[in-house]
Amino acid sequence: MFDIFLDDAPALVVVLPLLISAIIAFMPSKIWPWIISIITLLLHLFLSLHLLKEISVSGLIIYEFGNWEPPWGISFKIDGVNIGLQLLFSIFVLVSTFYSRKIFLNEIDYRDSGKAYSLWLLAVGSLNGIILTNDIFNLFVFLEISALASISLIALGAGQNRKALLAAFNYLIIGAIGATFYVIGVGFAYAMTGTLNMNDLVIQLAQYSDGQLAIFAGMSFMLIGLMVKAAIFPVHIWLPPAYSYAPSAVSTLLAALATKTILYFFVRLLYEVFIIYPSYLRLFLDFVLYPLSLLAIFIGTVIAIYQDDIKKLLAFSSIAQIGYITLAFSLKDHSGVASGFVHIFNHALIKGGLFMAVGYFAILYKDRVTLNSLKGFGYKYPITSFALLICGLSLIGLPLTNGFISKLYLFQALYTNQMYLSIALVAVSSALAVVYFWKIVEQMWFSEIKFKSEKEDAYIYLPIWIVTISIIVFGIYSTPIIEFSNLSADYLISGYQN
Amino acid sequence: MSNSFLIILGIIIPLFAALFSYVCRYNNNLRDSFGIIGGLITFVISLKIFHGIQNNEVYQITFFTLFDGVDFAFKVSALGSIFSLVASSLWILASIYTIGYMRGAGEKNQTRFVIFYSIAIHAALAIAWSGNLLVLFIFYEILTFSTFPLVGHKQNAESQSAGRLYLSILVGTSLIFFLPAIFWIWLKTGTLDFQDGGILMNKFPAEYLSFLIAMLVFGIGKAAIMPIHRWLPAAMVAPTPVSALLHAVAVVKAGVFSFLVVVVYIVGPDFLLQTKSSDWLVWLACFTIMASSIIAITKDDLKARLAYSTISQLSYIILGAALASSLALKGASFHIITHALGKITLFFCAGAIYVTAHIKKVSDLKGMGYKLPLIFFAYTLGALSIIGVPPFIGSWSKFYLIMGSIEREFIIVAIILGISSLLNIYYLLQPVVIGFTQNSKKEIKLIKAPLTVWPPLITGLGCFVFFFYANYFLNNISGVIVN
Repeated sequence: MFDIFLDDAPALVVVLPLLISAIIAFMPSKIWPWIISIITLLLHLFLSLHLLKEISVSGLIIYEFGNWEPPWGISFKIDGVNIGLQLLFSIFVLVSTFYSRKIFLNEIDYRDSGKAYSLWLLAVGSLNGIILTNDIFNLFVFLEISALASISLIALGAGQNRKALLAAFNYLIIGAIGATFYVIGVGFAYAMTGTLNMNDLVIQLAQYSDGQLAIFAGMSFMLIGLMVKAAIFPVHIWLPPAYSYAPSAVSTLLAALATKTILYFFVRLLYEVFIIYPSYLRLFLDFVLYPLSLLAIFIGTVIAIYQDDIKKLLAFSSIAQIGYITLAFSLKDHSGVASGFVHIFNHALIKGGLFMAVGYFAILYKDRVTLNSLKGFGYKYPITSFALLICGLSLIGLPLTNGFISKLYLFQALYTNQMYLSIALVAVSSALAVVYFWKIVEQMWFSEIKFKSEKEDAYIYLPIWIVTISIIVFGIYSTPIIEFSNLSADYLISGYQN
Repeated sequence: MSNSFLIILGIIIPLFAALFSYVCRYNNNLRDSFGIIGGLITFVISLKIFHGIQNNEVYQITFFTLFDGVDFAFKVSALGSIFSLVASSLWILASIYTIGYMRGAGEKNQTRFVIFYSIAIHAALAIAWSGNLLVLFIFYEILTFSTFPLVGHKQNAESQSAGRLYLSILVGTSLIFFLPAIFWIWLKTGTLDFQDGGILMNKFPAEYLSFLIAMLVFGIGKAAIMPIHRWLPAAMVAPTPVSALLHAVAVVKAGVFSFLVVVVYIVGPDFLLQTKSSDWLVWLACFTIMASSIIAITKDDLKARLAYSTISQLSYIILGAALASSLALKGASFHIITHALGKITLFFCAGAIYVTAHIKKVSDLKGMGYKLPLIFFAYTLGALSIIGVPPFIGSWSKFYLIMGSIEREFIIVAIILGISSLLNIYYLLQPVVIGFTQNSKKEIKLIKAPLTVWPPLITGLGCFVFFFYANYFLNNISGVIVN
């Protein structure tokens, strides 16, 4: 009986959270929505593991919705490119949901608990849809669902600070512009080819191999739309306020996974579909994405140095880190794409851990966490502070943490592409990361104020430490991340060579 | 005891010392004793390893693979055995001295101090025994981070800004130059292991070697070559035990040791001699020697003067490495020992003068020579050794360095070394002269702190005694040079 469900695993990982989301929306209890979410996500993890097993056997799953054959029906595709991301997504969502309960209880009205988890699962389901979908219009649908869910979640932060409403509104408007750009691009593509399925699109586009202005316009619209959504510099302005005014649990989820899933789709679109116009792709990567990535790395880091609000600081650091990922993706070869995926994995863990720890501090401090408010926290809350320290060292990229592995592979990729100037810039910006991170450490441990240590909540520091330990473990034993990333790059780049 | 177990024990004992100090934080005497006990144990281990290396024993242990071709591994080289011996033996004396100084000066947060002190020693020993360049880098960073709380110990505005400068220069240079250089070596050779004769020959393009050397020498900021030397005078705001053990021995020596290791076991002296890619560095080192000597003369603050003297002396070692001839390398390696012994004596004395008489400035030392005869005696011994007067141990390393520069036909370098010795005489012996010749009008109240007097006497006498046993160390050092 169970096997029937397993056959539909690709659909269920998306549909299950969406369904449960509707069920728990009006639950008045303050604990049941959380328990049901945890159970759902445990099932979700189980399904993801099942998918991993299937993929390791067959290598490719195309799931057709309602048995409508693609290109007519909507289909999901699971292959080497996204299976690693799917697994990371599943695990991290579970951990952050576990973490979210106490945070939500403190930051939002407990009667809103049902709504919050309903939106939470909505975001999870739709973000997961972005990872799996093989249909460019279906992607737009998931983009919109995830955007609406995230916006509502961000707006929940209004109980703490009214600026959350403004941040949510900003995101709504800018996100909508991005989505509109994307859907205009889809419209162009559909008008020219009559298809929305990505595999079919590749075939249909081939007939315009000499190049058509409409196609290029459509492609540009799609890419720019996705860039807005992925917060690639300079269209990142919605991200810092959104991350910093959202409830802490929400920032954790968004910072770790939301932009990453879109970045994944972005690179998939580039290397799987747009690859048939190599000259266009080269133009976009070399003259748009590459310089923007460098700017993002540098400017994001510098702005982060001048932030006083810790969540904002982390958000700007995210802009820089997204720059690292796009820099890697702009390299057009196996090592580049692989190192981009490595950093997607690693940065999800690092930023997730950092936002978790800072979110907990926000609850303890009962106000926005600024540099000043962190004074003496290292002694007051040693368990969480120590986790924050390790995550931060990983952000800088010191050896024995997974941040180092990211840096190693990024350097290697840049080196094989002979981009020595970028290497220098990445090195400088990682040194600048020390500056903004050390400002935090200095306040926490080396300020004049001293406290006796206080009790910390195990429900909160446990998930933080799970993430922190995984940071160290993947820093020492990096093989799983490297293999998943190489697998992703293998699939994408083999298309490039054809 | 097996050899690999010995390494683990040696590296882990300072950590245990830190842990026990924390556990016994409410009992001051017990807490401070762990430094001495830890020092004794690590010293015995280092000595055993030192002798083992002389008898061609192999000390190595591999824990796990970090990435392709790079393990988390320790392997004691001849050079490393020297460095660890210096660091651990002086840790014993420094621990005793710390007790006298910290209590005499009434410093706060003594528990935090001893804990990070032990962690810093742990990092220094791990650097000494690291099996490849990445492991060395890891502990190089740990050493920086663990000494930061010591530099900023006083927690006032001055020490805070000094701490920031310290950290930003050391971590900044290491991330911008050192780490990319390590990646570069790895990408070219596929390994980072230390091997006799180096790993770069035939694998690394010779025309870029000067560039790599530059990245390394500026990336290893702890070697304090100009213009990356500002952190060292800034770090002098720390309590004197830190300046003595860490900023005259462990930290700065870790810097020059790292560079020596790179020259001897990564680049290979032969490759360097063939390509002459480090000849430019000879001149930079000479410039640093002269410039910092001249700055030292202008400094009235005794610790600042000693700091600039340290910068100058460190460049002797860089100079030796850059010359890369066998005599120069011998001199450079030996200078790690001789300078450590001499400079720690001087810092001990500076701190002892501060604790007993609350004097920081050279010009205030008038007439103090008669009041603090033992301290001034020890100071004179240390100063003479650093100047390079026989029969003090410092004369050996200077001798070899001068021979090395003549061997490479850098006659001007030999002359510069001579001039530098003259400058040394001036700025190192001036305090002694002032102390014994001029009379002070002020009445100065003296505080007794015997624990700060004995350690410098021991090290000062050591400078004299070891002159006659130089061969004991030179045996190991000749193992360093294979060409």
